[in-house]
Amino acid sequence: MSNESATPAGGAEAPRYYSLHEHHPQNGTLLGFWLYLMSDCLVFACLFAVYAVLGRNYAGGPTGAELFDLPVVAVNTSLLLLSSITYGFVMLHVQRKQLVPALVWLGVTGLLGAGFIYLELREFAHLNADGARPQRRAFLSSFFTLVGTHGLHVTFGIVWLVTLMVQLGTHGLTPANQRRLMCLSMFWHFLDVVWIGVFSVVYLMGVLP
Amino acid sequence: MSSEQSGSPEHSGTLREYVTGFVLAVTLTAIPFWLVMAHTFGRSSTTAAVILVLASVQIVVHMVYFLHMNTRSEGGWTLLALLFTVMLVVIALSGSIWVMSHLNDNMMPASMHGMHGMGTMHDMHDMP
Repeated sequence: MSNESATPAGGAEAPRYYSLHEHHPQNGTLLGFWLYLMSDCLVFACLFAVYAVLGRNYAGGPTGAELFDLPVVAVNTSLLLLSSITYGFVMLHVQRKQLVPALVWLGVTGLLGAGFIYLELREFAHLNADGARPQRRAFLSSFFTLVGTHGLHVTFGIVWLVTLMVQLGTHGLTPANQRRLMCLSMFWHFLDVVWIGVFSVVYLMGVLP
Repeated sequence: MSSEQSGSPEHSGTLREYVTGFVLAVTLTAIPFWLVMAHTFGRSSTTAAVILVLASVQIVVHMVYFLHMNTRSEGGWTLLALLFTVMLVVIALSGSIWVMSHLNDNMMPASMHGMHGMGTMHDMHDMP
């Protein structure tokens, strides 16, 4: 919003209170995408509130301390954190217009994300095998809804990432592709922020006596 | 910020920023995991409070170093949207927890064997 003030083009003209230049059409997309992320943030806030209210309703069944495997969660967390910095490397190479390294780091990011999803699905499968299904207790319903929604976001992030890799391979670092990479960057880092809440509130505070 | 030279000023960081953010994030993640897994504090409420504080700090670290939040991006509109969202989140979370914990406390004597609401609020009920 640098030049929105009156631009006195001529001495005699009336002051003009609008910008002559159409500024940054691509920033419109980024701001819009940011607003989407904020609305997504509200979705997660509601799910966190549900978990905060119901998360200790074990109905006599096993508690979080008995069900959660913290070392696996720690590995999961580090995978997601690593994928955040590898996506940072993607953006650094995009800045320098280096297509191939950007693609390589995108691939690494996608693999780390896939590893995260694999471990999460494995955890869900173990819980299911132990009889800890979502429909059993309010604690498990809220747990699966919150963690599952986050996992679903990561899954769609990976789908988006693979699509972008194909598009980058076909069209190169066009302005449109750079904009898409920027949006995915925001999406990916946002999911990492949500995961901070998940591992803190659900897993770490969930196993406390 | 040194990002003025690139085409999209606000959202691209530098290597230094990413590495700083990553080191901070790893530290802020490792401490709460260690606190819980090593049973450092005897009281659950102390551990929970420390976890929440560290999580909040880490969220800010991610916002600054990975999402490159600042007061200038998009003329301040991203920050304004973020602040508004934070306000809504705080109202939704604190309101839900507060109301439901009072509801639990008030329902407790009357509820029967099942007592489905018991132990909802960890900081109200599960003091060891």
